[in-house]
Amino acid sequence: MTDKPALSMNRRSLFKLIGTVAGSAIMYQAMSELGHAGESGYSGPIELKGAPRGTSVLILGAGLAGMCAAYEMRNAGYDVQVLEYNDRPGGRNWSLYGGDTYTEMGGATQKVQFAEGLYLNPGPWRMPYHHRALLDYCKRLKVRLEPFTQVNYAAYLHSSMAFGGKPQTYRAVHADFNGHVAELLAKAANQNHLDQAVSREDREILVEAMRGWGALDKNYEYKKGLLTSERRGYVADPGGGLTSEPTLSDPLSLHDLMQSRLWRSIAAGHIYEFQNTIFQPVGGMGMIGRAFGRELGELIHYNAKVTEIKQDETGVTVAYQDTKTGGPAKTARAAWCICTIPASILSQIPITVGAPMKSAIDALYYDSAIKVGLQFKRRFWEQDESIYGGMSFTDLPNAMIGYPNSGYFDEGPGVLLGAYTFGANSFLYAAMPPEERVRKTVEYGSQIHPQYTAEFQHGVAVAWHRVPWTLGCAGHWTEELRARHFDNLCAIDGRIVLAGEHASRLPAWQEGALLSSLDAVRRLHERVVAS
Amino acid sequence: MKPRIDILCALTVVIGLLAVLARAPHAQEIYAGGYTQQTGEEIYKGICQGCHMPDAKGAIGAGAYPALAADSRLAAAIYPVTVVLNGQRAMPPFGPSLSDEQVANVINYVRTHFGNHYKDAVTIAAVKAARR
Repeated sequence: MTDKPALSMNRRSLFKLIGTVAGSAIMYQAMSELGHAGESGYSGPIELKGAPRGTSVLILGAGLAGMCAAYEMRNAGYDVQVLEYNDRPGGRNWSLYGGDTYTEMGGATQKVQFAEGLYLNPGPWRMPYHHRALLDYCKRLKVRLEPFTQVNYAAYLHSSMAFGGKPQTYRAVHADFNGHVAELLAKAANQNHLDQAVSREDREILVEAMRGWGALDKNYEYKKGLLTSERRGYVADPGGGLTSEPTLSDPLSLHDLMQSRLWRSIAAGHIYEFQNTIFQPVGGMGMIGRAFGRELGELIHYNAKVTEIKQDETGVTVAYQDTKTGGPAKTARAAWCICTIPASILSQIPITVGAPMKSAIDALYYDSAIKVGLQFKRRFWEQDESIYGGMSFTDLPNAMIGYPNSGYFDEGPGVLLGAYTFGANSFLYAAMPPEERVRKTVEYGSQIHPQYTAEFQHGVAVAWHRVPWTLGCAGHWTEELRARHFDNLCAIDGRIVLAGEHASRLPAWQEGALLSSLDAVRRLHERVVAS
Repeated sequence: MKPRIDILCALTVVIGLLAVLARAPHAQEIYAGGYTQQTGEEIYKGICQGCHMPDAKGAIGAGAYPALAADSRLAAAIYPVTVVLNGQRAMPPFGPSLSDEQVANVINYVRTHFGNHYKDAVTIAAVKAARR
């Protein structure tokens, strides 16, 4: 038994290992813990039958949750009014276009100078194929959709500390990681090192699978050749006629690849929400909010800052200020209230609800995130580097560069997402004035695309902790907080029910806002009909 | 036997790396760390002023960020220590991401600037003791 492998693992752990190599397992687990993974429970348009004629509902917030509730309850015969802090519908469903002005907390104002048709989505920007409620509302509201690319094999993975700071294509890193790992596993299996883990008949299949998966040659080696260049790309592509000879590329060594840490980013596209097919609205994410807003028309009262929410035995009275005209506080009253104000804001507004709901509202802190949009004179990422949509990842503070998923081949300017980051770097970004955020983002990006320096025109930077109507990008749940507070946050308290992404298990996703809203509407309707 | 040993070594290396990969980062860890600022002023300007503003006067929108300038609530040092460590309502907790020294430094900075003149410095030990 001297041949007994030093490694001991069962079959299950081997396949788990393979899953880990592929990267999906860890990322999915990490994302689950962040609350970014989950399934949509939408099964078609909601039916609300038997609404007592003229029963009034006051909805606070004209984001997707609030407008979805207003739309469905109005259609069901309720007397609906909506109060909204901003002067536009949509909330975090939002696009910034040329000519728009955005003033953040503290007063810094940015005038967006993008060319016509170009935009930045400061908030959500992608719509997974399984976010069925969101897609269905787009269909019903006639919002046109187009594909959003998550994984682009021609885009880059970049580390300032590896390969001399030279970006590598996703294509090469992905192929080389798979290839090297496949080679190691195939060799270990062929040399009987995995005998305890894999049966003889499975071993042959595994080895064959590794050859196909990793692009190994007949000796189970991952090395320079046509086979591997077909995965990782050529130095010069095959052509026609007398200039057709391709120049093959050299795989990165296992050592360099491991040390580079670039493999950290190859799993992003394996996450449920980031798998094909993903959509975006034609013309910007904000098109959904606009469509809802058009549908609801004068039911939405804009520029209304809610200052107090009081309920009694017969209804809910909300005090608000008109931020445009000023003057004394006004009130709105209805029999019922659906409140979609983010917990970050709601925790500061006096509200008559019981201790369980109030504790839940106070328990959520709001995460930091930043997005920076940059306009360049020409679409050099397409013209020079054949990158059409998708995104590059970097270890620099901007974390990511997102390429536009529309307007391909346009001659004129284009807008990139120059930075999209959470955590420590986004706090740093938020602490800078907007123009410095833009300047830094150009500086970081030019390490990946040197064209930045000559082609940059102007930019806009949204730090979510500075957004006056959310004070952060999304509510932060932990498993512990959910166990203690989630049900209390969602339960109807007297005549008030809360809705929004924060009252969902798809936090920060528009689908979560819609499903939370539909669930709240359904429960409220049942209560109204029963009473 | 040489190649076999090489493969085993290589495999061990890979398994080691996979162990690192497989240790899924907790949300807490992802959001933790990365704050390299050390002095109170650096930390304030690198983190706090994102919300509390460069002049520490806070800001008002649909909700508000409280002012820390001339703030009588800072009189009892344990109050800002607790808030910075654990967060409060919309404010994130910084306990997981800042060291005891960083927390002490930034609180001592705010308590002696922006019109605050509290003389009793917060010690690193006091921050450590306040962690729960």
